[in-house]
Amino acid sequence: MSTKPKVAFFDFASCEGCQLQIANLEEEIIGLVDLVDVVEFREVMTEKAPSYDIAFVEGSITRKKDEARLRDIRERSGVLVALGACAATGGLNKLKNVRGNLEQVRRDVYGSDWDRPHLETYATRAVGEIVPVDFQVHGCPINREEFLHVVEAFALGTNPEIPDYPVCAECKIKENVCLFHLGQTCLGPIVRAGCGAICPSNGVGCEGCRGIIPHANRNAMKDVLAEHNLTVEQITEKFNLFPLYPEVTP
Amino acid sequence: MTGKSIRIDNTHISRVEGHGNIVVHMEGDRLDRVEWQIPEAPRFFESMVVGRDWSELSRITSRICGICSIGHTFASQKATEAAMGITITEQTRRLREILNHAENLQSHILHVCYLVLPDLLGVGSVLPLIETHREVVLLAIRLHRLANETCDKIGGRTTHPIRACVNGWSMLPHKKTLGEIRDDHVKALKDLKTLAEFVQSLAHKFPDFERETEYVSLTNPREYALYDGVIKSSDVKEPIQPRDYERVTNEYVDDRSTAKWTRFNRDAYAVGALARFNNNREQLSENAKAIAGQLGLSAPCHNPFMNSVAQVVECVFSAEKTIEHSQWFLDNGIKEEDRGFAVREGRGVGAVDVPRGTLFHDYTYDGKGKCVEANLVIPTNQNHANIQADMEDLVPLIKDMSVEKMNLTLEMLVRAYDPCISCSTHCVDLRRS
Repeated sequence: MSTKPKVAFFDFASCEGCQLQIANLEEEIIGLVDLVDVVEFREVMTEKAPSYDIAFVEGSITRKKDEARLRDIRERSGVLVALGACAATGGLNKLKNVRGNLEQVRRDVYGSDWDRPHLETYATRAVGEIVPVDFQVHGCPINREEFLHVVEAFALGTNPEIPDYPVCAECKIKENVCLFHLGQTCLGPIVRAGCGAICPSNGVGCEGCRGIIPHANRNAMKDVLAEHNLTVEQITEKFNLFPLYPEVTP
Repeated sequence: MTGKSIRIDNTHISRVEGHGNIVVHMEGDRLDRVEWQIPEAPRFFESMVVGRDWSELSRITSRICGICSIGHTFASQKATEAAMGITITEQTRRLREILNHAENLQSHILHVCYLVLPDLLGVGSVLPLIETHREVVLLAIRLHRLANETCDKIGGRTTHPIRACVNGWSMLPHKKTLGEIRDDHVKALKDLKTLAEFVQSLAHKFPDFERETEYVSLTNPREYALYDGVIKSSDVKEPIQPRDYERVTNEYVDDRSTAKWTRFNRDAYAVGALARFNNNREQLSENAKAIAGQLGLSAPCHNPFMNSVAQVVECVFSAEKTIEHSQWFLDNGIKEEDRGFAVREGRGVGAVDVPRGTLFHDYTYDGKGKCVEANLVIPTNQNHANIQADMEDLVPLIKDMSVEKMNLTLEMLVRAYDPCISCSTHCVDLRRS
């Protein structure tokens, strides 16, 4: 019998782009399946399994009836990893929450059909807001190298190392000119690194997809943005594109 | 066979993007129920974008779909540009075409090689093929990687492109990079030929099933339409302007689905590679036409299983167009361009033929550039009714099969459409009352 860890992938409300990054590992997939047994991955395989050593869950929970499926996965999994921003923080799906009234959201979208039972929805929740999560892989989408590092660490029985310093640190290592000096704005000072400062390196300010670093000084960040002529409304929008306020939860 | 009872309740079918169910209940010759159901959780994107700034719209809507994030980005930016009265430069258009073709190649290779080939080879996933058909898997990975690397080089990231902006790019590739892209795609043509030969050797495994339907795609007098064009239906002579897309899509809510369904001149229509091939085949390159001939694909083709074959043909076309556009940059150079424009009030529609079919984004902006209304119509939504209609015709023809075989055949039918269910439920329209 194989002693390789049994790994499974699941998805809830998401674009499945984080699972796609696994296909995008290209040749390294072959090495990955040498290291672990992929026993369930609906997007790419038909087979299923009763239990898992490591379950990767992509997506947010956006309706009551999906909670049972998530709890069932949790019960049958040794380690449960929230894969990507939607699972880890609720991600962009939480934009629905800041729109306010959910009945209006449903009316907006389905018009006079809004209250048909199969169109139910509730305020978006991260996976960790429903069941205990052992580990989070951040990003929208996830960084493939970081994902490999996480799997390798679990396969070796160690804990993966995920940065708790800001994107700015990686941006400096890349010797990028700071976007604030170029008249743009960026959330790099308060957002978790690990992406290789990919957005600033491509000329676009950090959007915050990897979530906020521990003990970040939000107020100082707001002051910097205000000094660069952003209005309070624009600052709020920047902070809730990806949820950087822990209080934006149901 | 009489007296046979068939009950298929296939929840969350595998090897498709998103969640779909197949339900067949049959007593003897009496077909009680045939349903293609979409239970995917909706995400309410059109509601999310209301009140947001024009500069965020393509960043947000890209996140509708991991596989076709580039198509969403461009449909979104085209809608914003139409609303703001912006005309993009030839440089911007050609770079978008390269990125759009890269996504087409990436998505089609993923579908044909990783999701469809396992059915043709009688296995549950691509993983066992690493042992049994290693050369084919390595070839598929090479092509997939090439497409993704091209996305990285032009868009800054494989999925959810960073550099693509309204009216231009936040960063431009070096001319040298375009040279690499050209040379790599020239080499890839050989791999694509090998792939076509392999698919040809298995083509007899595609079920022999035909149902004529209405085929909808973009069309463009200049070329086989993907990035840009007007709407063409096989049932209508005159082309339809993208801004009049609602005449075509006629969305409605069905109890079987959290995704909206569409209909035009019949109860259902089809979009995607086969629809594009049926509508615009004459504009394919000679090489792509030759591969189509070799694979036994001739228009009009009414066998939905042949969509995967049409995708192989389009892979060849996308690689050739990428070579052509890259060469243009080698001849003409790349220069920094002004991305500035005046924000204004207005409505705009952007249409792009993405891997799974025609995608529409429709935005209305206020004078400050805030989105006040949005409507998004996704290719897979437009295929749901057609999948249902195919199933209703197909089930009586295969009723003597074992339940396992019938289930597999119906799964293969759904997979042939390469459905992107996350997309189709994430995009439902917003109409301000």
